[in-house]
Amino acid sequence: MANVRLDNVWKRFGTNEVIKGINLEIDEGEFVVLVGPSGCGKSTLLNLVAGLETLSDGNVFIGDRKVNDVAPKDRDIAMVFQSYALYPTKTVRDNITFGMITRRVPKAEQEKALAQVSDLLHIDMLLDRKPGQLSGGQRQRVAMGRALVRNPDVFLFDEPLSNLDAKLRIEMRTEIKKLHRRLGKTIVYVTHDQIEAMTLASRIAVMDNGFIRQFAPPETVYEDPIDLFVAGFMGSPSMNLFKGRVVENGGIRLEVTDEEGTVLFPVPEPYAVAARGHIGRELYLGLRPETITREGTQRPGTNVFAFERMIDVVEPTGPDTMLVFTLGGLEAIARVHPEDKAPVDTMFRFEVNMDRAKLFDPESGMRIQPTASAI
Amino acid sequence: MSARQVHGIVQPKSAASTILRVVLFAILGVFALYYLMPLMVMVMTALKPLAEIRTGTLLSLPHSPTLEPMLRAWDSACVGVRCEGLKPYVWNSIAMVVPSVLISTILGAVNGYALTKWRFRGAELIFGLMLFGAFIPFQVVLLPMARTLGLLGLAGTTTGLVLVHTVYGLAFTTLFFRNFFISVSDGIVQAAKVDGAGFFGIFFRIMLPMAPPAFVVTVIWQFTQIWNDFLFGIAFTAGDSNPATVALNNLVASSTGVKEYNVDMAAAIIAAVPTLIVYVLAGKYFVRGLAAGALKG
Repeated sequence: MANVRLDNVWKRFGTNEVIKGINLEIDEGEFVVLVGPSGCGKSTLLNLVAGLETLSDGNVFIGDRKVNDVAPKDRDIAMVFQSYALYPTKTVRDNITFGMITRRVPKAEQEKALAQVSDLLHIDMLLDRKPGQLSGGQRQRVAMGRALVRNPDVFLFDEPLSNLDAKLRIEMRTEIKKLHRRLGKTIVYVTHDQIEAMTLASRIAVMDNGFIRQFAPPETVYEDPIDLFVAGFMGSPSMNLFKGRVVENGGIRLEVTDEEGTVLFPVPEPYAVAARGHIGRELYLGLRPETITREGTQRPGTNVFAFERMIDVVEPTGPDTMLVFTLGGLEAIARVHPEDKAPVDTMFRFEVNMDRAKLFDPESGMRIQPTASAI
Repeated sequence: MSARQVHGIVQPKSAASTILRVVLFAILGVFALYYLMPLMVMVMTALKPLAEIRTGTLLSLPHSPTLEPMLRAWDSACVGVRCEGLKPYVWNSIAMVVPSVLISTILGAVNGYALTKWRFRGAELIFGLMLFGAFIPFQVVLLPMARTLGLLGLAGTTTGLVLVHTVYGLAFTTLFFRNFFISVSDGIVQAAKVDGAGFFGIFFRIMLPMAPPAFVVTVIWQFTQIWNDFLFGIAFTAGDSNPATVALNNLVASSTGVKEYNVDMAAAIIAAVPTLIVYVLAGKYFVRGLAAGALKG
């Protein structure tokens, strides 16, 4: 077991800076998910940990060892690739044991490890098949098996589920989480899927453009996003953002105006002090879809605020129905119970849980932090 | 597309389309005949006794077919002053083709693998220059190559010819293998690196087992090129070390009074048979190899 530490890590391809001075400390046994849009550098960062790319600058530590110049095979890591990268001419058995053979692990030990892993992953009946004869899910298991027999200090996963269909992806997600609980090994996991990140991680590193925007547990990343990028990236549908002017009108309020009239959102108490400093200027109000519902349906005791808007689109998803409306010229989504829905093009009274509202500075993109007691 | 796949497709049925179809097949038939004619003439002439050739026409079938011209061409026809037929020269060709094909193919495989899976600074430039080698006309390299062989003490030997063909073939073999390996996912190589395999470990245990289609294409290409080569053969070998193609030319040119067309034709067939055999045996894989991406850029 080992922790992983990145110390001011840079990666440049020619003049193109892909990783721009990242510091990251991953604790022993932690499940860290690197998440971000494509091209944000998350896979490159993983390859730097694996040793499949060379550092331009900075240091990488696995355990107490500086591994900058250590070859991938000597880093005590195992990796699962997005394309699975199974050896097409080898049987499942040979795919799994190949690493042990190159390491000259004794035959008896190989057999034992193979039996253990194939039992764990339910691939014992596939051992004599070639990768071409396996389904996507089976290939995925074999790729995991190949990593597991290594019994490494650190597991690296590079979008391992993105080639699976939706149902299988959810199944394998649970399996991976179980596996982590069972093995307790450090895992670094790359994905572009924020739901995967939320469900799997003990901490999420949200990446954008070569930087880590926020590194925190999933709940924090979701409820306390540090800036507009994190707020917009995490969550699906993503957070609604309304641009409004801060005014003083029976308390500090955020005024959002469009042709349907003006809505005056009351700024919640913890933000009032900070918002007061912005009077006359514009701020972004961030409201997650699930905090906007039909009037009268919020949990009692919450700080609610109601407003009225026309429903533009109704999108039933089964457990919830999404109502799309426009406020202040920006499209927004409310997540309501299916029985609360109303027909398109009718007026609807929405109710917002203002306790979960967030404020952002439009210039810096940074979140305006609440003062005194947290949410 | 196989007939089975075509079968289900709805096609218009009318008199006009039937006529068009007949015309189409007639034209195709004529072209097929046109291409087969020289081979037919060759085979028929080789089977005729000399008397029949003199009295009959080019296209008439042999009345009393005989293998005698074949046998004469193989081991008693005169090539220059040596009257042992093509036999020793065919052996020369084999002794030249086998090592040239093997060495150039194996080196091409290593090159293609290194150029695609172990990208180093300047890999693209090196590949570009190697590719350029495929377009250098034979004539340009004749003199420098002759000088080089002379310096190496290999002038006029089969070994020298092997060297020439290996070097000249590298451009093509590298191209074939590079184009094949570029379609192999880099992830596989990365996985093997994490698994602890090195440059040659990955090459021999992961990449080569994947590459039979590329091997078939390369071997057929190289075999045909090298076996059929005349210019390098005539320029860099002398007399007894001539390959079959050069010997064939000398055999046809050595006239001892009567022109033995049947022996000439038989000799030509003997010189051409190995490439035909390779096509017949491996042609299926050649097409498959092309489809597998061994040739696409």
